[in-house]
Amino acid sequence: MTRTDEKENRKIAAAKKMRDIMTTYYLDALSASQNHRQVAWITSGGPVEPLVAMDIIPVYPENHGAMIGSAKMGEDLCTKAEEMGYSADLCAYARADIGCAVAKGGPIGGLPKPDMLICCNNICGTVLKWYEVQARYYDVPLFIFDTPVCHTDFFPETAAYVKAQITEYITFLETVTRQKLDMDRMNQVGHLSFEGQKLWQQVLRTTAHKPSPMSAFDAFFFLALIVTLRGTTTAVDFYKELIAEMEDRIANGISVVADEQYRLLWDNLPVWHRLKWLSKKFSDHKACLVADTYTSAWCGAIQYIDPDNFLDSIAQAYTRIYLNIGIDQMADQILDMIAFYDVNGLVMHSNRSCKPYSFGQMDIMHIVQKKAGIPVLMLEADMVDPRSFSESQMDTRIDAFMEIIQHKNRPHTSADMQTGTGQKAGGR
Amino acid sequence: MTARNLKNERTAPMKEVTPFYRAMDDPAASGRNITHKKILGTLCSYAPEELIYAAGYHPMRLFSSKADNHLAQNHLQTYCCSVVRGILEDSLAGRLDFLHGTVFVHTCDSMQRLSDIWRLKGRYPFFTDVILPAKMHAPSAQTYMAAVLERCKTDLETDTGRPVTTQALADAIRIYNRIRKNLARIYALKSRYPAALQNKDLLALVKGSMVMDRQAAADHLDKVILRLASAVPDTKDAPKAPFKRLLLSGSVCDMPGLYDLFQETGAAVVGDDLCTGRRWFDGLIPEDMEPMAAITRRYAQRLVCPAKHQDLHTRAQHLIDQARQVAADGVVFVLLKFCDPHAFDYPHLKTCLDDAGIKSLVLELDDSQDSQGQLATRIETFIHMI
Repeated sequence: MTRTDEKENRKIAAAKKMRDIMTTYYLDALSASQNHRQVAWITSGGPVEPLVAMDIIPVYPENHGAMIGSAKMGEDLCTKAEEMGYSADLCAYARADIGCAVAKGGPIGGLPKPDMLICCNNICGTVLKWYEVQARYYDVPLFIFDTPVCHTDFFPETAAYVKAQITEYITFLETVTRQKLDMDRMNQVGHLSFEGQKLWQQVLRTTAHKPSPMSAFDAFFFLALIVTLRGTTTAVDFYKELIAEMEDRIANGISVVADEQYRLLWDNLPVWHRLKWLSKKFSDHKACLVADTYTSAWCGAIQYIDPDNFLDSIAQAYTRIYLNIGIDQMADQILDMIAFYDVNGLVMHSNRSCKPYSFGQMDIMHIVQKKAGIPVLMLEADMVDPRSFSESQMDTRIDAFMEIIQHKNRPHTSADMQTGTGQKAGGR
Repeated sequence: MTARNLKNERTAPMKEVTPFYRAMDDPAASGRNITHKKILGTLCSYAPEELIYAAGYHPMRLFSSKADNHLAQNHLQTYCCSVVRGILEDSLAGRLDFLHGTVFVHTCDSMQRLSDIWRLKGRYPFFTDVILPAKMHAPSAQTYMAAVLERCKTDLETDTGRPVTTQALADAIRIYNRIRKNLARIYALKSRYPAALQNKDLLALVKGSMVMDRQAAADHLDKVILRLASAVPDTKDAPKAPFKRLLLSGSVCDMPGLYDLFQETGAAVVGDDLCTGRRWFDGLIPEDMEPMAAITRRYAQRLVCPAKHQDLHTRAQHLIDQARQVAADGVVFVLLKFCDPHAFDYPHLKTCLDDAGIKSLVLELDDSQDSQGQLATRIETFIHMI
């Protein structure tokens, strides 16, 4: 097999289908008003299922932000927002979106105008402010779905509050759309959402296999459907196909990184504007980023969902997601992932755009170093804004980190045994 | 005006204000001097201080001592605001060891994580999170808020081993109302007679009241009012003063040097929309209601902070109304570097002020940058322009 053939062989075939699905999705959204359908902008961790059940097209400014980052259009759009008076220290998704709304720019010429905004603050307090800005700009109704942080517990009053808001949310949607929510349809969407999340979890878990059939970089890409089309048959059908492809790759020994030697875990959002570079950088070290804390957040609260009592159960599921819990619980989840995926190191993206994800990372790092004994690398960057990225510094730091990983994981040799410098294989 | 160390040019404040300066300048010393009560630190103007007071503790707002970050940098990145990093530094360095504990409320993303880091450090016997709603307008949020405050009360009762009585709550409400009324009165006097107090006195009076024993604070504030009442002419019409009148807007503005810079430039601070100002003392608690319900109502209805959602327009309208009420010549936004909620609101607030014909200046600072030369030049230019 030639090198080009081998590279082709490693490509995931489902990627093309996924691109087609996303193109169709965005075309539908962009032509919504011509088709007399309403558009709701919603945060990535928001309860989308009632929207799907009411045939409202959900649009995700965060997904759009990721597209802007990947298309390397982040700097221009962020600068536009800064010219409007927004601080350069604010979240780059928010800056890019605010800039894009005014400039009608970006990879798809801007998002379709919303008829309503749904803001769930289970991911951050930033969305609260960002959606206020857009609610004023577009002059459309805003619903805030407030999910109190579960530092240690999910209290009965929290449950009652969030449940009450589910009722308020549906009333809001019924008022804006002037139509009733069909409960049969709602139940159907609830089941599809649950199934989609289970399948997404199954996709992510295929990477426990050694060598891994896909990487976190692929997960960053395939994530788009569980975010944007959660609750639809499209997402369910697609992930079934993706799982089949992953199983096929496992059966045929096809790994995403040639000659995978080291397995790493990624923390925080991706650096969207440097995905290719980072992917190649780690691959060159024969390291595969097998899992990440970000994409797993869209199946991390499955245990709280009851598909037969969907609306009631999502109060807990949407409140207890990864970012809305204390950092000690986050560290526990990371330790579980380290064990499940059997990784040799943790790479933490200290993301200037995301304070709730990044603050506390140093404490998590110390917990991981102490309890799992694996090396941790912290890289400072930004998910969308390239101005916080220093390629040469990143290059050097990754090389140094991989040297430590290689050293910790090299096999014992008789020379080591004699000199007493041997490192325990696996490092744990 | 060139850069200079304005600290050397202070004129002495009136003697009634000096206890507040002592508390402002060295809150830790004030804390160590309070020996008759256990001290619980708070970090936000939404902390339900009346409950803490009624349970028998001394509630004390924590501020950064602005020491260099040696220890906090192992926990928080450089893009975290100086207030959050500074308070953590003080705690880790042992400068807050007089605390019995802390009451965190859900403020912003940075405070949320500071609470986690603080809890895991476990330096003090008592810790609780008061996870207030992020939106204030919905009835469900107010029901939730009542339950959260009830839980806070229970946590305090568990710690002290005795119930918080209705009488104790009523007493706490009365003392806080007295402090709030006094501060509102002083602000009104400062607005009417800008020369009666130095700009910095406003910060000292509010910050001092957040730090010192509350009974003492209320008594000292009474004395300040008495002195002011005798010092200023007994007329409803303010004399034409040669001052430019400024309204400050922002979060924590723990920067005495900045107030001095305004003073030096011939500008009077005649009002504010700050955590260390009106947002702390605005809104009395009804004394004829059931105390817990009354406290809940005050926190749900008080001047909203941008980290909470009230609606889309109240903050801007309030700022314009307040600027007009105090006849401000200009508004100065004092934004703390890396403070997201305020940074998000700024462009909208500025546009609304522009539309209302009110000039504004924005300063983005961390809390130890308040006496820099460049800042003085910017302020001076603005004052001359308005």
